[in-house]
Amino acid sequence: MLSILKKEINTFFSSLIGYVVIGVFLILMGLLLFVFPDYSILDGGYASLETLFAISPMVFMFLIPAVTMRSFAEEQQSGTIELLVTRPVSDWQIVTAKFWACLILVIFALLPTITYYFTVYQLGTPVGNLDSGGIFGSYIGLIFLAGAFVAIGVFASSLTNNQIVSFVLATFLCFFFYLSFDLLSSLPIFYGKTDDLVQAFGIQYHYNSLSRGVLDTRDIVYFISLILLFLAATTLSLGRRKW
Amino acid sequence: MSVQVIGLVKKYGEQNAVDNITFEARKSEVLGFLGPNGAGKTTTMKIVTGYIPQTSGTATVCGFDVNTQAMEARKKIGYLPEHNPLYKEMYVREYLEFTAGLHKVPLPRKQVEAMIERTGLTSHRHKLIGQLSKGYRQRVGLAQAMLHNPEVLILDEPTSGLDPNQIIEIRQLIKDIGKEKTVILSTHILSEVEAVCDRAVIINKGVIVADAPISALKDQFSGQTIITVEFRGETSAKALQTIPNVQLVKNLGGNRWHLSATLDHDIRGDVFTFAVQNKLVLLELHKEVHSVEDVFQQLTKQ
Repeated sequence: MLSILKKEINTFFSSLIGYVVIGVFLILMGLLLFVFPDYSILDGGYASLETLFAISPMVFMFLIPAVTMRSFAEEQQSGTIELLVTRPVSDWQIVTAKFWACLILVIFALLPTITYYFTVYQLGTPVGNLDSGGIFGSYIGLIFLAGAFVAIGVFASSLTNNQIVSFVLATFLCFFFYLSFDLLSSLPIFYGKTDDLVQAFGIQYHYNSLSRGVLDTRDIVYFISLILLFLAATTLSLGRRKW
Repeated sequence: MSVQVIGLVKKYGEQNAVDNITFEARKSEVLGFLGPNGAGKTTTMKIVTGYIPQTSGTATVCGFDVNTQAMEARKKIGYLPEHNPLYKEMYVREYLEFTAGLHKVPLPRKQVEAMIERTGLTSHRHKLIGQLSKGYRQRVGLAQAMLHNPEVLILDEPTSGLDPNQIIEIRQLIKDIGKEKTVILSTHILSEVEAVCDRAVIINKGVIVADAPISALKDQFSGQTIITVEFRGETSAKALQTIPNVQLVKNLGGNRWHLSATLDHDIRGDVFTFAVQNKLVLLELHKEVHSVEDVFQQLTKQ
């Protein structure tokens, strides 16, 4: 499993994918947080990183499918999947290795944003007037969210041998799981009755809850279950050659 | 028995791609898996390597069932799939080291170097696989299949798309491996079977139509030996019929004749005696060798 993980990460950095993903994410975040006046922390007047955590999921919704789209689609297209699954490794090991490779790349993209924390820490009056707990929780939430998006993306990639189909499908599924349960909950049939329950199916509900800085086990269990669900579905999809 | 396949059936919908085939491949043997396109060669190989499951029947590799003891069986197999899929964006050495890692090969670097040497990739080991010519890619495909020193090598059309020199090199490589290991090789190039294989299994429409050593294959299916003979001097079919054991006489024009006899009789001596007795000069006398082509056509035609 480690060999596959290593190979996947090597592929990200020997091709442009790794650099483009990290570069685009950081430039976009830098622009939004410090340059564009509508969102800029400097113009906002509050020492907080809320903008980062509000916008990152939206950026991830497009960036993560771009990372994951080739993971299985390309192997199925070129036929290398046949060699890979006939090696002495189980389908589950292949799926988890690909999942971790993509997630590690996303975490790499996220790591430099920690410098924003120190910047904003200095900007507060008095210095350090910042909700550190909330930021820590938000980072954990963001990593879980990225994990969920990666699992969704890997699953979408396993369904097809076309990378574009995989990308579009993954973006849609990420959007659906992130936002649509919140939006659906305001439908008349749910509103005021079970809207809370409907919201709890979505990622946003749990992401916001973690962002408050309280690591609630319910939220963590939700994210881990969602990730496992999609990884299991991917394994199943990979095994469809056996049906 | 290195590879044993018993009563294998694979159904795609209503159609039987592989229909109840049974064969085995022994150690230190190159088994040719022969058949027209779409006969079920690739399907059988995919089942034996554990890529797709069979509908019924069993396949074992070194005693391990490919379905229930998949991991053990896969460790024993080196596989070169049809069309030789490779990661084009990887370097030759990088790819082989990745393969070594998947098989947990001890001393991977050393083994990779040895395999690069053996397959003649030394001057190309720092190149991207995508930049290699087809012949070199094929060598990379063979190198990855042999890297973990498997007991059984399964090669699906290993020489397709190569130039004649490369074909000869790759065949020699396969022959060498076949001295110690079990090699199953599929092809529809008949001369390849004659050049490389010890035994051939001919498959047509998912059914085995022949399973025999190459030498036996050549005369087994004609059911008779044919002698071509040319005399100086006239003779007649009637006279030739008097030669013991001759069954059929056919004139090929002039004084050339085809004489056929049953397999167990070599009538060449009798033909010579006949010529002496009739004061005929013998210009030509030879036994027709059936090529694998003949057998193949005979067995697989509609």
